[in-house]
Amino acid sequence: MAIVYKKPSTLTDAALSYCPGCTHGIIQKLVAESIEELGVVGNTVGVAPVGCSVMAYDFYTCDMVQAPHGRAPAVATGLKRALPDRVIFTYQGDGDLAAIGTAETVHAATRGENITIIFVNNAIYGMTGGQMAPTTLPGQVTQTTPYGRDPEVAGYPVRVCEMLSALDGAEYLERVTVNNIPNLRKAKKAIKKAFQNQIDGKGFSLVEVISTCPTNWGMTPVEALGWLEEKMLPYYPLGVYKDRSAQKEGE
Amino acid sequence: MQERVLMKGNEALAEAAIRAGCRHYFGYPITPQTEIAAYMAKRMPKVGGTFLQAESEVAAINMVLGAASAGVRAMTSSSSPGISLKCEGISYIAGSDLPCLIVDVMRGGPGLGGIQPSQADYWQVTRALGHGDAQVLVYAPSTVQEMVDMVVKAYEKAEQYRVPAVLLADGMLGQMMEPVSFPEEGAHAPAEKPWAANGHQNARKHNIINSLFLKPDELENRVRERFQRYALIQKNEQLAEETMVEDAEIAVVAYGASARIAMNAVKAARAEGIKAGLIRPVSLWPFPTDAIRRAAGQAKQFLCVEMSMGQMVDDVRLTLEGSRPVAFYGRTGGIIPTPAEVLDQIKELAKS
Amino acid sequence: MTANILLAGFGGQGILFAGKVLAYAGLAEDKQVSWLPSYGPEMRGGTANCSVCISEDPIGSPLVLAPDVLVAMNAPSYDKFIDAVVPGGLALVDSTLIDRKCKRTDIAVFYLPATALANEKELQGLANIILVGKMIAERPFVSFESVGHAIDKCVPARKAHLVEANKRAIALGKSL
Repeated sequence: MAIVYKKPSTLTDAALSYCPGCTHGIIQKLVAESIEELGVVGNTVGVAPVGCSVMAYDFYTCDMVQAPHGRAPAVATGLKRALPDRVIFTYQGDGDLAAIGTAETVHAATRGENITIIFVNNAIYGMTGGQMAPTTLPGQVTQTTPYGRDPEVAGYPVRVCEMLSALDGAEYLERVTVNNIPNLRKAKKAIKKAFQNQIDGKGFSLVEVISTCPTNWGMTPVEALGWLEEKMLPYYPLGVYKDRSAQKEGE
Repeated sequence: MQERVLMKGNEALAEAAIRAGCRHYFGYPITPQTEIAAYMAKRMPKVGGTFLQAESEVAAINMVLGAASAGVRAMTSSSSPGISLKCEGISYIAGSDLPCLIVDVMRGGPGLGGIQPSQADYWQVTRALGHGDAQVLVYAPSTVQEMVDMVVKAYEKAEQYRVPAVLLADGMLGQMMEPVSFPEEGAHAPAEKPWAANGHQNARKHNIINSLFLKPDELENRVRERFQRYALIQKNEQLAEETMVEDAEIAVVAYGASARIAMNAVKAARAEGIKAGLIRPVSLWPFPTDAIRRAAGQAKQFLCVEMSMGQMVDDVRLTLEGSRPVAFYGRTGGIIPTPAEVLDQIKELAKS
Repeated sequence: MTANILLAGFGGQGILFAGKVLAYAGLAEDKQVSWLPSYGPEMRGGTANCSVCISEDPIGSPLVLAPDVLVAMNAPSYDKFIDAVVPGGLALVDSTLIDRKCKRTDIAVFYLPATALANEKELQGLANIILVGKMIAERPFVSFESVGHAIDKCVPARKAHLVEANKRAIALGKSL
């Protein structure tokens, strides 16, 4: 019998802890596939953050380290400096990476740490039950912005790829999403490239994946995908924000 | 041992760490310990090691968490306000059973405090270096040579018990120069670390370095297992130096720089016919309860001398359980007590 | 017996260096030594001081509050420490920079125009070492030979051309 679909060997049998319709599972699988296809699982150490993906250490078959909230890029830096020939990646949400961990993110990028960061942006804190994230859109209702995020009070969202693209140290920054098959394929390509860059010694690579949170957005999974397309993608345009090697080749 | 050279405490400590096999130092500048970072910046590239000036103390301790997870001898250093910032990371390191070395060269506090020597971090390092049920090994050298010896000790014991170790010094020990000799390089090789997250090479099950256990019984079991190790540490790893204690009627207890001052006072008291002795805790956790209890065999009174408002004195009182009166003398804010001040206290007690 | 030495002056006068030479001379004789500087913002343009202890026995407090020997190289340091010198002690005062005279009769005080002499003898910046030379002549805690070894050790390689000048400064101090 022909095998048409198989779980990547780089994922354990642990049941994913995500809500129905959440795109975390898809993104995590793309990461697992990339590690499998590159043949580096025995050589990889992942860093799990605090947030919905806090249990990521249970899901991958590579070695894993749990980081404090926001500190995954610093933990990854320590790992990479100790193990320069290993593949080190972090998998982080928006609260983790763009609020409490902003300094660690910016400085890992500016040092050009040769690590891979998968950044999941769903515009909300999921694990704690739907509070405002640094990426929550203006007007968006959350538990801590019950009247909608008012920029006068709560400021504006952080556009991570745009912000980091100003740093000389960053090698590769791309924003993708997984709301349909063509986008999912592009996301897979970007994630794999972010790992390949590290293997090639090119430096700091971050892929931002625009994601949904049906539970905390108060929508069905299908509605959530619609909201992502209508509201999030205009604010967070998809595309490559930096590709230093491609730029060099172009010159 | 090699030829004795004159070195600042901070620099001797840094050199000792390198000789103990530390190749990964992550730090952030703060007085009075910045010489450690500067020394590491100069030496690490020459021995193929990593010196990294982090964006904050918070980042530095998490880099240590990462490097220690990989199984290498990693280190960070700071002074009091910076240690407060590292507490989060230290709690995770303790909860993940990782060995590493953290140096605290204490200055006056609270807040930004001052930059002169102090011992006001005792409570912090022995009681609550981060949240949760956790302890860390704490060593308190009182000479530059001991700064060197304790670095080696700290790494060995941290690896043996899989707990982080703190070397607690102060601005005086960090800044002063004394003759020091170093152990031969490679004399104290790091232990094997089968638990390290360093890439399994498809040759073993994946390792997970983690402090999260959402099921209460699982977390309780983890903590209980760790406390069994703590009990072994308390039984086997107490360190104290006892001077003229055998017949002492007044036992002075002081650690680190304070112990040097107290030693002068104790000798002066003896010269005046007062039977005083000095107990110098070298390990602060585990606190040397055995030495304190032994001294209580003949000592009628105890006197704690600290560069704080009285912190270690709690442990002396807890150890003695009310069986002996425990007096306290301390200066704080960066003021070093004088031997004459301590002698006055001893004389006062001798009268009673 | 412990020799407690306190050297004090402005930052830039080589106070810490002079202390280091003394400590290294003690080390050369296998004695116990300690060297403790003042540190912090006061080091930048303010007063600098340095405690040195040389002893046959382990050194307790390295902080010299009651010096056996005081080297004072500016007026504020002189004012601050002259009364702290132990009875029978010694004070070396750079009289080029300090116009005070001590009223104490229980200590020996030498007023030496060390800075002027240094300039005159092309030993600029070595007033500190001239005073060390005088100190060892008066109180031989260590031998002049050990002080010579200490200078070889303490002068950094990139300033090796200053070794000779430092040794001349010691000799000059000794002759005063």
